[in-house]
Amino acid sequence: MGAWSTYRLSDFLLFSPQTYYRLFELYNQNIRPAQIVSFLLGLVILWLLYRGDRHGRWIAAILAAYWLWIAVAFHWLWYKSINWAAAYFAGLFVIEALLLIWTGIIRDRLRFDAVQPLFRRAGTAIFLFALLLQPLIGPLAGRAWTQVQVFGVAPDPTAVGTLGILLVPDHRIHWGLMIMPLLWCIISGATLWAMESPDALLLPVTGGLVLVLAVWKRLCRHR
Amino acid sequence: MKHSSDISRRADITRRDFLRTMAAAGTCLMLRPPSILGASQQSMHTRKIPSTGEEMPAIGLGSWITFNVGFDPVARDTCVQVMKNFFDAGGRIIDSSPMYGSSQDVIGYGLAQLNHPDRLFSADKVWTYSDGNGPSQIAESRQKWNVPEFDLLQVHNLLSWQAHLELLFEMKKKGRLRYVGITTSHGRRHDDFEQIMRRHPLDFVQFSYNVVNREAEERLLPLAKDRGIAVIINRPFRQSELIDFVKRHPLPEWASEIDCDNWAQILLKFIISHPAVTCAIPATRQVTHVRENMGALHGRLPDENMRRRIVRHVEKL
Repeated sequence: MGAWSTYRLSDFLLFSPQTYYRLFELYNQNIRPAQIVSFLLGLVILWLLYRGDRHGRWIAAILAAYWLWIAVAFHWLWYKSINWAAAYFAGLFVIEALLLIWTGIIRDRLRFDAVQPLFRRAGTAIFLFALLLQPLIGPLAGRAWTQVQVFGVAPDPTAVGTLGILLVPDHRIHWGLMIMPLLWCIISGATLWAMESPDALLLPVTGGLVLVLAVWKRLCRHR
Repeated sequence: MKHSSDISRRADITRRDFLRTMAAAGTCLMLRPPSILGASQQSMHTRKIPSTGEEMPAIGLGSWITFNVGFDPVARDTCVQVMKNFFDAGGRIIDSSPMYGSSQDVIGYGLAQLNHPDRLFSADKVWTYSDGNGPSQIAESRQKWNVPEFDLLQVHNLLSWQAHLELLFEMKKKGRLRYVGITTSHGRRHDDFEQIMRRHPLDFVQFSYNVVNREAEERLLPLAKDRGIAVIINRPFRQSELIDFVKRHPLPEWASEIDCDNWAQILLKFIISHPAVTCAIPATRQVTHVRENMGALHGRLPDENMRRRIVRHVEKL
């Protein structure tokens, strides 16, 4: 362990909470009206999930677009200005986008035509949480509305929403597609924890819940 | 010409004018808060850099976290104000690192806004695992600060220190760098640190030391004194943990015995009163805080008894 054992999580934090949330404010100002577009596309995903037929390619395409956007617009262009590690986060988000394109579009492996009701409900609920409720948590925690983190353009709700959607398909558990969103739940949760944010546990808990549901789904499939 | 005119004007001053002026000046002095008075009128605590004898004010400015504000124009301008107040109060050394996000860019922005004050002593670091990336990283840092050369470059947290130290000594030999140093923080790797201090002709070392973290008193500070190495102290307030804690308690009565108006000055004077310390580098993004910090450059410093008293008092809080 050596010197590493003497580090605390907060020792890795390069910026103040004020700077972090202000980053979202400036980012939101600069990408307007992308938030509206991303929200509407989220509603499109919801409609495609509700239809429950073979629209997996469209859902994968929208999700891949979200992850690519966040990789470039958020991590590379904005977050990297206060956190050099964001360059690596951008890489992770590009990989997830490419995996979604490969699995969902090219190989057409995201099928929503014969889903199990329990996991459809659970996945849709998590997706709805990311789309509608998660962005409200910041303002409810006392942060400015201008710093709101919108699904599709901000990484946290996008990771949670993606995990929700990945619970729904009938075909199989897409562990490969789940790795990056789960990893982000840990990374962002750790960042918020180091900043002593009141919502620090939200992402790790949601990620853990999705993981439990995914394992359960897999066990159901083998029965 | 100017000189003779001044003399003739002085000759016209009557005794009454003189007394009136002195009375007005005395009133002004009484009305001014001690910290402002100190900056302009009292002698400032400076320390000599042992390897050259160059004078250095005992309080500098760090940039860890506080200056990493990205593109935020409002926060950047606040940082400029902090820098302006720092220089106005007699400050010289600003310390940063490629590790500190946008801090170097923000310092560069601030220096440009302030027309590159002559008194700046630029201190930065090399921080890369790769032995070969040192020169390009230094060039990039210099570009961000927009300075022709750095005054001091330090190997950050002893990362790949062998190769980087060699590079820095080479730069110094060629006249492209004035001082070479190494850094650590949080009390880490003190054994390695000590070995490097013994074996290499360092100008500066930087490590953590404060009233509740005094490990450096045992070996590093005495060794620096023996070896004639200047000492920069980081984390004087343990980020903000220590100052936030002590501020919850009233200022001790004896604070006036060392001319301290606030806790920040007590904590900083404790540090700079150590005979081996050259300067402490508190980081802040608040103008009021930089003014408080710079107030520690003036007035009486604690003697050994008072230093022990400070430790006892803080430990009891």
